[in-house]
Amino acid sequence: MKILVCISHVPDTTSKINFVDNSTKFDTTGVQFIIGPYDDYALARAIELKEATPGTTVTAINVGLSDTEPTIRKALAIGADDAIRVNADPSDSFFVATQIAEHAKGFDLVLMGRESIDYNSGVVHAMVGEILGLPSISPVMKLDIEGTNVKMTVEIEGGKEQVEAKLPLVAGCQEPIAEWKIPNMRGIMSARTKPLKVVEPKATQPTAVIQKFELPAPKGAVKMISADNVAELVTKLKNEAKVL
Amino acid sequence: MSTLVFIEVSEGKVRKSSLEAVCYAKAMGSPVTAIVLGPADATELQSLGKYGAQKVLHASDAKLAKGVIQAYSAVLTKAMQDENADVLVLANSSLGTPVAAKVAVKTGASFASNVVELPNTSSGFVVKRSIYTGKAFSLVELKNPKKVIAIKKNAAEVKESGGSAEVVSYPVSLTDADFNTTILSSEKATGDILLPEAEIVVSGGRGLKGPEHWGVLEELAKTLHAATGCSKPVSDMGWRPHHEHVGQTGVKVAPQLYIAIGISGAIQHLAGVNSSKCIVVINKDADAPFFKAADYGIIGDAFDVVPKLTAAIKAANS
Repeated sequence: MKILVCISHVPDTTSKINFVDNSTKFDTTGVQFIIGPYDDYALARAIELKEATPGTTVTAINVGLSDTEPTIRKALAIGADDAIRVNADPSDSFFVATQIAEHAKGFDLVLMGRESIDYNSGVVHAMVGEILGLPSISPVMKLDIEGTNVKMTVEIEGGKEQVEAKLPLVAGCQEPIAEWKIPNMRGIMSARTKPLKVVEPKATQPTAVIQKFELPAPKGAVKMISADNVAELVTKLKNEAKVL
Repeated sequence: MSTLVFIEVSEGKVRKSSLEAVCYAKAMGSPVTAIVLGPADATELQSLGKYGAQKVLHASDAKLAKGVIQAYSAVLTKAMQDENADVLVLANSSLGTPVAAKVAVKTGASFASNVVELPNTSSGFVVKRSIYTGKAFSLVELKNPKKVIAIKKNAAEVKESGGSAEVVSYPVSLTDADFNTTILSSEKATGDILLPEAEIVVSGGRGLKGPEHWGVLEELAKTLHAATGCSKPVSDMGWRPHHEHVGQTGVKVAPQLYIAIGISGAIQHLAGVNSSKCIVVINKDADAPFFKAADYGIIGDAFDVVPKLTAAIKAANS
C-alpha cells in the first residue's frame, strides 16, 4: 500500500501572530514552525499502518518554499520514506489541493489534518478528493483498513458516525486517530539522507487572493469582582454585558 | 442572479447556524433560495421565509437523510445551475464545509470558509475570514464569477424580516457514484446542548482537581442552560470526553457567554474561545493569564465561588 501524507508548515500553537509590510505578510520573527498538529496525527496513523502492514510506504508532501524543508525533514525523521516539496507559497486551498492532486495519483490512501492551523480552511482533503474523483471524509478520529475496505469513526456536529468506504480514499484526520510520534535519534540521522524531491508547481489561475491581514481589536481591561460578592457578577452579566 | 443557501437540518429542525446563513444571504441583497436535503418538518421549511428566503427547495429523497458529502455536493451543484445562483452560502460545519469545497471545485467557484462579515463589494468581492484559529483575520478577494462562502458562527444576526417562502419539491437523480462513502451508524454525544452551537458555555480545567468534582460545574451549567466544555489537559487525562475539549485543536466556540473555571488560559485554549462575546474567568491564581482575556474575573476557589454563583443566578431568575 502507498500512503501520501500532506504536511502543512505552520507557526507553533503558542505563537504570537503579527504582520509586517503594511499588514500583507506574516511576521516570522521569533516564530517556531512545526508540522500542523492535525497533520501530525495523520502522519502518526500512516506510520502505524506502515508498521502493521509490510510493504507499505509513506510519502510526505508539502506545498511550500525552501524554508519548509526542516519541517519536511522532521516528517522523514518520524518515519516517512521519502518526500515531495512543491516549490510554491501555499496561498489558497484550491491552489494547494491542485498541487497535491498532481502528485497523489497512484496512492491508495491520502491522509492530512482536518485543517491547517494557519488559514483554517479545512477543505483541502475535500478538494483533493473532488479533483481526483475519490471519496473524501473528515474529520476522521479512527481509521482501520481491511483489504480495500476502510472503516472510520468521523466526528459530526453533536456526535459521531461510523463510515465505510473503499480505497483509494482521502481523509482529513484529528485526534485520537493516533498518538503523535517523536522522532528518535536513528530517525533523525536517517532523515538527512532520505529522498526529498523538489518540484515546480502546476500553473493555475488564482481564485482567492489575500489582500491584507488584520488583528482583532484589543480587549478592554478585565473587571474584577470580589469572590464575596458573586451577585454583582450576575447583575453585571444581565445589565452591562446583556448576556443573561 | 440569486443566492442559494444550504440549510442543515437536525431531526427535522433547521439548525440555528443555517438561519444565520439565510440572514447573511438576505443581507447580501440578491433573491435568496434555500435548499433542504432529506426529511424535514413542513413548518420548518415554511418558516425559512420569515428569515429572508423567497423560495425553499426541498429534496426529500430518503437517501439524503444522512449527510453524505459527495451526494450533497452533487445536489447543490445542480441546484446552483437550476437556480442560476452565482453565490452559495452555508454555515461552517463538519458536513457543510467539505460539501461547499466540493461544490466550489465542481462549479469553478472561488471559495472561502470561516467568513465573519458580509462581503465588501465596493471594489471586487472581498470577504473577511477568521484565520490563525481566531488570532487574526484575512481580507480575501474572491476572483471567480461564482462564489461559495461558508460562514462562521455569529457572522450574521438572526432576525426575522417577515416574508414568506414558496416551498417547492426538488426531485434529484443520484447515482451509486454519489454514495462513495456509507454511513453505517451514528451516535449522539451525551448532553442536551451542543457545544459548538451553545449560547452559554461553562468550561472546567485542572483547577477542579479531578473528574469527581465536575458536579459543581454541571450544576451551574444546568442553571444557565449551558453546554459544558473543558481544557485540553482535562480531556487528555480522560477526566472529560474528547468532544468537550475547547481550544485550538478541539472545539472552537463562539457563545454569548463563556465561563472558565480553574483554567489558566494557555494560548491554545484562548484560540478556541476568543470569538465569545463575553468571557468570565474564575481562578484562584490572580496571575492566571486568562484574566487578561476576560471581561469579568473573580479570584477565588472554584469550590467556593461556583456554588455561590449558581445560587445567585437562581435567586436572580426567581
